[in-house]
Amino acid sequence: MNGWKAKQKKFYVSITFLTIVTTILFIISLNLGVVRIAPLDVLKTMIGMGTARDHLVLFDFRLPRMILCLLIGAGLAVSGAILQGVTKNELADPGILGINAGAGLSVILFIYFFQGSMNSISSLGIFLMPLFALIGAVVAAFLIYVLAWKKGIDPVRLILVGIGVNSGFGAAIVIFQLKMNPQDFMQAAVWLSGDIWGANWKFVSILTPLILLLLPIAYYKAHTLNILNLGDQVATGLGINVEKDRRFLLLVAVALSGFSVAAGGGIAFLGLVAPHIAKKVIGSKHQLLLPVTALLGSFLLLLADTIGKNLLTPTQIPVGIVVAIFSAPYFIFLLMKAK
Amino acid sequence: LFLNDNDFRQEGHYIDSKKISLKISLKGTLILVFGFILIIFSIGLSIAYGAADIRLTTVWEAVSHFNPELTSHQIINEIRMPRAIGAVMVGALLAVSGAVMQGLTRNPLASPSIMGVTDGAAFALVVTLAFLPAVSIVGLTFASFLGAGFGVSLVLMIGTFSKGGLTPVKLALAGVAVGSLLSAISTAIALHTQVAKSMSFWYAGGLTSTNWTSIKILILAGGIGLLLAMYISRSITILSLGEEVSKGLGQNTFLVKSLGVLVVLLLTGAAVSVAGAVGFIGLVIPHITRFIIGSDYRWIIPISAVLGGLLLVLADIFARMVNAPYETPVGAITAIIGVPFFLYLARGERRGL
Repeated sequence: MNGWKAKQKKFYVSITFLTIVTTILFIISLNLGVVRIAPLDVLKTMIGMGTARDHLVLFDFRLPRMILCLLIGAGLAVSGAILQGVTKNELADPGILGINAGAGLSVILFIYFFQGSMNSISSLGIFLMPLFALIGAVVAAFLIYVLAWKKGIDPVRLILVGIGVNSGFGAAIVIFQLKMNPQDFMQAAVWLSGDIWGANWKFVSILTPLILLLLPIAYYKAHTLNILNLGDQVATGLGINVEKDRRFLLLVAVALSGFSVAAGGGIAFLGLVAPHIAKKVIGSKHQLLLPVTALLGSFLLLLADTIGKNLLTPTQIPVGIVVAIFSAPYFIFLLMKAK
Repeated sequence: LFLNDNDFRQEGHYIDSKKISLKISLKGTLILVFGFILIIFSIGLSIAYGAADIRLTTVWEAVSHFNPELTSHQIINEIRMPRAIGAVMVGALLAVSGAVMQGLTRNPLASPSIMGVTDGAAFALVVTLAFLPAVSIVGLTFASFLGAGFGVSLVLMIGTFSKGGLTPVKLALAGVAVGSLLSAISTAIALHTQVAKSMSFWYAGGLTSTNWTSIKILILAGGIGLLLAMYISRSITILSLGEEVSKGLGQNTFLVKSLGVLVVLLLTGAAVSVAGAVGFIGLVIPHITRFIIGSDYRWIIPISAVLGGLLLVLADIFARMVNAPYETPVGAITAIIGVPFFLYLARGERRGL
C-alpha cells in the first residue's frame, strides 16, 4: 500500500508540475511569433483593453491555434497510450500503424472531390472534415485489424501490417496529391506531415467537445486497460470480455487520432513518445498514466509548435516536422534497446 | 520469426544432388532467355506507346536506320528510348539490390523501399539545392546517390547495433524512423530556403526525365554493382544459411558483408538518383525469383535483374496508360503491386528466404 501512496503522491506532483509548465509555456507562446506582443499587452488585451491589432493577432490567430495544439496533443498522446496498452506493444503509435495515413487520405479525397482547393474550404466543409477523418481512421484501423488477424492478434504482425497499410495509403495519397495544383500539392504535403491549419474558432468549437468527450471515456476504461495488460487468459479469468473490450478501446483510440488528424494532420511519434515518458515517471497503472500522458502530450505539442513558429522566423516550420525531428531519435533509441 | 534453419539445411541437401542442380540450370537459363526476349519486346512497346502515335515498325527503323530528319525518329531517340531502357535498368538494379539485402540480412522484408533510401536521397537533394543552388544536374545525381547510401547505412547501422539483431520488425521500424527523421529535416530546410517547389517535382519524377546521361550513370554504377554481386553470389548463398554455417565453412563473413553493402549502395544509389521513389520492386522480385528457382544466389541475382527490369518497364507503360494523357507516378503503380505482397509477407504466410 505504501508504494501505491507514493505513486499517488508522484501523480499529483506530476500533474501539478505539468499544469504549471504548460501554463507558463502558454503565456510565453502568446507573446512570441512574427508579431511580438509584450506580456503586459497580452494581459491588457485579454481583459479587453488592448489595441485592435493585438486583439486580432491574439484572438483570431494565436489562441485558437494554441487551444487546438493542446487538444490534439492530448488526443494523440492518449490514443497512443491506449494503442500501446491494447496491443501490448511498446512501439505502437497511430502514425506508424497507418491510422493517421488513413484519416489523411480520407481528408485529401474529401478536399479533392468536394472542395476543389485547400484554401477555399466552406464552413460546411469544416464541419464535415472531422467526420471524414474519422471514417478514414476507422477504415484504416479495420483494415489493419482484419489483415493482422490470424487466430488472434500478434503484436509484431500488427505493427508490420500497419507499416504496409501505411505505405499503401501513402501511395494513394501521392496519386491524388499530384492531381492538385502545385500550391495545394505543397500544402497537402506539409499538412500530411503535421500542421495545424485552418486554426479558427469554428474548428475549435467542433473539436473541443469531441475530444473532451473521448478523454473521460478512455479514463473510465483505464481499469480494463490494466487488466488487458495482464494477458488475455488472466483478463478472461477476471471476468473481462477481452475481444469486446479491446475493440471498444481501439475504437476510442482511433477516434481520438482521427479527430486529431482532421485538425493537425499526420503528426507522427507524439502518440509514441508521450506515453513512454509518462510511463517512466508514473508507472503503467492506466488510471495515473492516462491523465499524465494527456497533459504531457499537450505540453509537448505546444512546445513543438512554439519552436516551429519561432526558430527560423519568418519561416514557420510545421509542428509535425518539429515533433518528428525531436522524437524520431528517441524512437530509434527505444528501438535499439527493445529486444 | 520468419526463419527456420532446418528448412535451409534440408533444401541444401536437395540442391546437392546433381540431377536437381541440372534441372535448375536448365530452368534458370530458360527464364533468362525468355525474360530477355520479353524485355526487348516490352521496350519496343514502351517506345511505341505515347502521345505521338508511333508504330512498332517505326521503332525498329529508328534503331536500324536512324534518320535525324524524321520527328518520330527524334522522339524515339531522345525521349522514349532512354526512358524505356532506363526503366529496365532501374528495375533490374532495384531487384538485385533487394535480393542482396535479403541474402545478407536473412530478412525477408529487407528491400530498398523500406530502408530509408528515398528519404535519404531527397534529403541530400534538398541540402544540395539549399546550400549550392548553382549545382549541375550531374552534381544533383551524385548527391542523391550519396543520400540514398546514407539512408541505407543509417538503417543498417541501427539494426546492427540494436539488441537482438536485425529482425524484420526492427528493420521495418528503423526504416520508418530514419525515413521520417530525414524527410522531416528536409521539409524544414526546403521550407526555409524555398526549394520546396523543385522538390515536389522530384517526388513526382519517376522516369519522365530519364535521358542518355542517366543511362550512362546506370550503366557505370549498375554494371560495377551487378558484376560485384555476381562475384559474391556464391558467398551470399552460404551466408544466407546463417552466420555460423558461413564461418564454419571458412568464409570471411565480414568481407562478404562489406562487399554486399557496397553492392547495395551502388545499385540503389544509381537507381534512386535516376528514378526517385520507385518502391517495392526490390521486395517483391527477389521473393518471386526465390520461389521459382530456389535459394542459389548465382541464379537469384541474374534472374532478379531480368524480372525486375521487365516489371518496371511494364509498370511504366501501365502508368502512362491508366489515366492518359496524364501520367500516374510509376512508384504508385509498383506500390499497388507491392503493398499486398508486403502484407502477405508480414502475415508470415511464406516463411524462409
